[in-house]
Amino acid sequence: MRIVLLAVLALWIGTSPGQAQPQNAPVSGFNPTASSVSEDQLLQALDRVTGRVSIPDKKSATLEQPAGRIWRDYHRSWLPWIGGVLVLGTLAALAVFYFVRGRIRLEGGRSGRTILRFTSFERFMHWLTAFSWLVLALSGLNVAYGRRLVLPLIGEDAFSRFSQLAKYSHNFVAFPFTLGIVLMFLVWLRHNIPDRTDVEWVRQGGGIIGHAHPPAGKFNAGQKAVFWIVVLGGAAVAVTGYLLLFPFYVTDIAGQQLAQVVHGVVALMMIAAMLGHIYIGTLGMEDAFDAMATGEVDLNWARAHHSLWVEEELARAARPPSGAAPAE
Amino acid sequence: MARMKFLCDADRCIDCNACVTACKNANEVPWGINRRRVVTINDGKPGERSVSMACMHCTDAPCAAVCPVDCFYTTADGVVLHSKDLCIGCGYCFYACPFGAPQYPRVGNFGSRGKMDKCTYCAGGPEGEDGSAAEFAKYGSNRLAEGKLPMCAEMCSTKSLLAGDSEVIAQIYRERVQKRGYGSGAWGWKTAYRETVDV
Ligand code: HEM
Repeated sequence: MRIVLLAVLALWIGTSPGQAQPQNAPVSGFNPTASSVSEDQLLQALDRVTGRVSIPDKKSATLEQPAGRIWRDYHRSWLPWIGGVLVLGTLAALAVFYFVRGRIRLEGGRSGRTILRFTSFERFMHWLTAFSWLVLALSGLNVAYGRRLVLPLIGEDAFSRFSQLAKYSHNFVAFPFTLGIVLMFLVWLRHNIPDRTDVEWVRQGGGIIGHAHPPAGKFNAGQKAVFWIVVLGGAAVAVTGYLLLFPFYVTDIAGQQLAQVVHGVVALMMIAAMLGHIYIGTLGMEDAFDAMATGEVDLNWARAHHSLWVEEELARAARPPSGAAPAE
Repeated sequence: MARMKFLCDADRCIDCNACVTACKNANEVPWGINRRRVVTINDGKPGERSVSMACMHCTDAPCAAVCPVDCFYTTADGVVLHSKDLCIGCGYCFYACPFGAPQYPRVGNFGSRGKMDKCTYCAGGPEGEDGSAAEFAKYGSNRLAEGKLPMCAEMCSTKSLLAGDSEVIAQIYRERVQKRGYGSGAWGWKTAYRETVDV
């Protein structure tokens, strides 16, 4: 009697609440569902149901992944907010800054003498990265927001053709972008190690807030920050981007979803940061653009913004080209 | 109007893969594309179950929600279809799909995806006339327009896989469970339709 009771109890426990529970007793006298796997239990345990398939496509062994719904919510509901706040917020902040502070002028005017700030190779790698970044940013934004913003304007056929083109651009331009990031990292790393001058630069508001000109080397603390945002953000975007470009080679469905989220969010943060970078390099500061256009900057400009670097360069130029250098 | 759904009675599925073969044959899907598959859970262990799975034609379908080019549409019968002319093969529907239904032919550069292919509930697609050669070439057969159900369910040797109007197949399943006295439930229904079949 005890044994029968225990067996009944075991059967009762073994039947999960999600399973269909008929009133009739099983005709065979045996209830196979009691001992079988149940969808509810599997989903509760792992939030995913995985098994074995007889086809080579291993990812098809995932029978169910309700987490797709979370990813969907991210893409449909959160992403517009993240992007809106980051991108539009930055644009608004820059606009306010421009109207309050105005263009940062070169005080004391130009000297008429110039000094080489960026070699042609440095300019090449900068613009390689910049243009491929721009293509990636625009085509990426189209994937994320085009359905809402562009599709209603041009209709589904034109939008689909445009998006197809944008996708191919995004996929191919990824490679020159990666090359640009690697080159910039190698060539500019030694100028971008944080040091004591950066502390002082930040303390004085970098001359952006206020009118001071704190001393700085080839790159000031602000530019160093941009360098690290580009290198680290670029690396994160590239790694996750290649995971998306070669789907399921390295990771599973959860990994793909995560890579996609990281890719999108880091890309948006990078776009926000680059808006600031573009602003200060063009509209925000007089003569700053020369450095990346011709490579030559006015000596007065260089003295004002990169005093330590100018001293270094002039000292090097004063030195005889080779061999016995006089003591400095 | 009918609301077409699939229901796999896992207590009857014997992992014979006839549905997979029937689907491939009816729609002439290319090599490497599996619109339907059978997944065996706890394979070889006591209590193992096999479930035949394809697109579930979800209510408020996640694929349609995330598609960057809005290429999905739902027919009056509740079948979720898409336009291969609009699809750009970005792969987002696969990330959102709870059932791993979207398939991508491998074309072009890298691991990059061609236009998505998935179960159409044997209801063709937006191309040309119903049952035309153009429609068949892109989307496969359109049995629904001929008043027939999807080939997979029609060919199921144990009648585990049911296709048809939601009310009708739920009732068939309910009666089965009542009669034999057990049933492991309608797999995927909660996720796809936010409802189960109460017995
Ligand atoms: C090595 C570099 C990169 C690779 C391999 C890459 C790859 C990808 C891939 C495969 C996608 C999925 C959609 C599609 O196939 O078009 C994507 C989406 C996207 N990418 Fe990139 N990408 C890279 C760099 C960038 C950069 C630099 C940005 C922006 C500054 C960016 C912004 C985006 C955005 C916004 C999306 C859409 C995200 C969403 O819809 O949630 N990507 N990327």
